[in-house]
Amino acid sequence: MSSYTDPCAHCEEMMQPYLDHILTEEERVAAESHLDECEQCRRRYRFEESLRVYVRQATAEQMSPALREKLSALRIPLN
Amino acid sequence: MSAAATVALVDESQDAHRLAAEARDRVRFEEDALALADQVYRVARHIANSREDAEELVQETYVRAFRSWASFQPGTNLRAWLLRILTNLNIDRGRRQQRAPQMQALEANDYYLYDKLADDGDGVPDTDRVVERLSQDDIVTALAEVPHDFRDAIVLVDIGDFSYADAAQILDIPVGTVMSRLHRGRRILKGALAETAIEEAAGT
Repeated sequence: MSSYTDPCAHCEEMMQPYLDHILTEEERVAAESHLDECEQCRRRYRFEESLRVYVRQATAEQMSPALREKLSALRIPLN
Repeated sequence: MSAAATVALVDESQDAHRLAAEARDRVRFEEDALALADQVYRVARHIANSREDAEELVQETYVRAFRSWASFQPGTNLRAWLLRILTNLNIDRGRRQQRAPQMQALEANDYYLYDKLADDGDGVPDTDRVVERLSQDDIVTALAEVPHDFRDAIVLVDIGDFSYADAAQILDIPVGTVMSRLHRGRRILKGALAETAIEEAAGT
């Protein structure tokens, strides 16, 4: 961690793995201690979380009833 | 009845039992697969380049799935099995060309998009409001601009809720590759969203 002189830049690197829950315990504690004292990074993390939820919602598209019927019709009939 | 005839009858009734059991298994498989069609389509819609391609891809997937149902291992992840068929078909049919000649997608840093969007507002932005500066169309368009390898990872994990391990199996790549494509892909997506946001702010 000593290689990072800018704590916010390091926090940015940790964001995706943090939100994916794949940091080691030590890395997680370090990230959270920076988040505790840095309002800017906290906002940016919160934004990333809302963005992920929003992407999921924005891309959710129902399939058409016509396609559903076509798929059912593909079933192989019992002899 | 001769001993031979009795054996033949027993064989026949065992055959009938086996066939009935197989028919039952197949019907259950087909019902389970159809129950997942909505979730399969949701992923297909963004793996394919258009709604039409997605519908065609889902149909081809089900044709193949119903035909090769016996190769599905009961108790394993059926949704992942279907998506594996789907992504393979998508590659086999050469449908992975980008819709438009690909402009080099900008890979932003992770904070870039938030900083861009927050900049446009006045005063300290409310995080929940910031995300609303993007429209649903912005998201769908920006996602379509992400090159396929990266997009497939995003679509499976962030939209399809597959684990890294399942996504790795579906795409037939190592888990580490899924993770790096996912992380880079999300940055590319944010770069594309930032560009859209900047264009809209400029009124173009």
